[in-house]
Amino acid sequence: MKSLPLIFLGVFFTLAFSWTGIVLTTHIQMKDLTPATAELVNDKGEPIGGPTFLADGEVIMGSNTEGETAYPLRLVGEAQRGKKVYEQMGCLYCHSQQVRRKGFGADYERGWGNRQSVARDYIEQDRVMLGTMRTGPDLTNVGVRYSELWQLQHLYNPQITSPGSTMPPYPFLFEVQKISEMRGPSVEAIDLPDAYHPGEGYELVPTQRAKDLVAYLMNLNQEYELPEMKFTEE
Amino acid sequence: MSSNPSLIESLNPTADPAVDFRARLGEVDESMRKPAMLFLVSAVFWLLAGSALAMIAAIKSTNPDFLGMTEWLTFGRVRTAHLNAMIFGWGNNVIFAVAPWIMGRLCKARIRHTNILLIAGIFWNIAVTIGIFGILRGDMVGVEWLEMPAYVSPFVIITYALVGVWVVIAFRWRQSEHVYVSQWYILAAFFWLPWLYTIAQAMLIFEPATGVVQSLTNWWFAHNVLGLWLTPIALATAYYLIPKVLGRPIHSYYLSVIGFWALALFYNWAGVHHLIGGPVPAWVISAGTVASVMMVIPVIVTAINHHLTVVGCHKEGWASPTIRFVVFGAINYTVVSLFGSAMALRGVNEVTHFTHYTVGHAHHGVYGFFTMIMFGAVYYMMPRLLFREWRNAFLIKVHWWMCGMGLILMVAALQIGGWFQGLQMNALSEDGTPLYSFIQVVENTKPWLWLRSLSGLMIVVGHFAFAINVFWMVFSPRTQDKVTQPTLLTPTTEEA
Repeated sequence: MKSLPLIFLGVFFTLAFSWTGIVLTTHIQMKDLTPATAELVNDKGEPIGGPTFLADGEVIMGSNTEGETAYPLRLVGEAQRGKKVYEQMGCLYCHSQQVRRKGFGADYERGWGNRQSVARDYIEQDRVMLGTMRTGPDLTNVGVRYSELWQLQHLYNPQITSPGSTMPPYPFLFEVQKISEMRGPSVEAIDLPDAYHPGEGYELVPTQRAKDLVAYLMNLNQEYELPEMKFTEE
Repeated sequence: MSSNPSLIESLNPTADPAVDFRARLGEVDESMRKPAMLFLVSAVFWLLAGSALAMIAAIKSTNPDFLGMTEWLTFGRVRTAHLNAMIFGWGNNVIFAVAPWIMGRLCKARIRHTNILLIAGIFWNIAVTIGIFGILRGDMVGVEWLEMPAYVSPFVIITYALVGVWVVIAFRWRQSEHVYVSQWYILAAFFWLPWLYTIAQAMLIFEPATGVVQSLTNWWFAHNVLGLWLTPIALATAYYLIPKVLGRPIHSYYLSVIGFWALALFYNWAGVHHLIGGPVPAWVISAGTVASVMMVIPVIVTAINHHLTVVGCHKEGWASPTIRFVVFGAINYTVVSLFGSAMALRGVNEVTHFTHYTVGHAHHGVYGFFTMIMFGAVYYMMPRLLFREWRNAFLIKVHWWMCGMGLILMVAALQIGGWFQGLQMNALSEDGTPLYSFIQVVENTKPWLWLRSLSGLMIVVGHFAFAINVFWMVFSPRTQDKVTQPTLLTPTTEEA
């Protein structure tokens, strides 16, 4: 093994091999995925469940049922901006956004999702943050688990809602301000227990970034069925 | 040589064949002195900066209110800044010092036009500084191992090119008849990383792929930074230094060929084991698991080659700072890789995935294996570049004991704690509800994270001992050079 071109070729093909397999092939497999309704219909409008494989090898892909919502939805407005905040704060290093199937881990039993996450759930995302760590709980469906108030309190200081948590507080996403004597308390002022209250005559309000982030979290939701994945049965 | 050489002539790095072997190595060392010192001093600086960031992150993971008011130092950013400072600040700088130097020595080729390497060094450190600053101020990209903001990627690609070209030139005009295993590894690594990096940048940052193809590309890239960059360089270094210091040939040439190509073939595919159970095609997970298990072949082959070369030389090895660090690193390579193969099995992964076990594994590999071998290389390289010996053997011992024991404690704490974390996370009572609430699992993990902080503190002490020794050596006046013997950690007797 002395020849530079030979080593180069070997080195090239080994990397090209895995790139073709892991990246290119899965891209080909997934590039045609589009948002879908829970049931697909054939060209006569009859429900066919999912793609149907006929004996002669023909595949009927089906089309979305009219009048039903096709999922996943695209994030818009505040929620879209909030995703940027999620990314910038490094939330993904402690929180995953993927539910594993029932029987593999305890994702289902912990109430993190009614079904396994599938590739189609992520096609509308410009940055996919599946996450590889669960120092904190999975957030795939966090939008349906808690209220906006809970999210705001929890972000301001996680100890308010979850004593013993190791999640960092994000006080810099909030502002303490004097309650206006003319207008009275702000409509955005956040209810806080006495121990965390900024004091008599003051109130805590979220900054725009906090509102965006909460909008994003409230939009994290895979509580819909897809042709290839129905809710898990008990 | 004429005073006005043509371009091709001026690239020809061939050391003067008339000069005898040792003198030729000296010529190579001489040519690498300035760039290597630039890279090494920067590497040590980043090692200290990365350690400081690591300690902040470690304390925050048990005491979240620590520095909690400062946005720049929130856990998600400081942890990421730590990773990038260590991989791209410490790791790449030390690689850019060690790899061209080993390549030059093995090819008996001087590294010419080292001003270009100096420029690369300056470029690189500007890039990492801006990148880490960007992460801390909130420009972080949410892709693991590619967090440095997109505006630094041109710097990164230019640097890889400027350094890599000298590795190729040295190999192309090599003087030696024989090609040694270290040369394959270094050559391959310098081809692989720029490709990986360019493709990952293109498919994740500039034109993001659809859905979870991003996640697949992410882990294809991130795991290959370990497998096709840090690992080959560290293996090349171990293959070079173990026989060199002990004065005996490597155990088997044949095995080293198998080890190289098996690594090239299997490591590539292993990265997707980070997505086991995730929303990606099952076949690609299976392929990743198979490749991860197949990694046992190159690992065992390399283990035989490294460890059998050391067998019988333990006393000499123990006395040499280089061999202590390199052999410790080589042993960790064997252990951490076998752990890694096991972790890719679905049954094991069900427990370890998403837990601190993986964090422990990452430190075991990048620190216990890669960094330890690089420490060994620095201990060997600096006296030869500077013509002076290490100032203080005691500091080397502090470095070795603190970092070695600290690493073992860290891996043990994170992997035992992480294993329990995973078991408790999955445990179900008879009626099918979780046996431990999430917050109970968090509470039960805290003591292990305290132990991790303690182990981190030990490693920081070791790093300070190392840094003091390095800077003392670099900046002490030449008049102090009286030592002509290599620094040994145990006294040598006449009969030894």
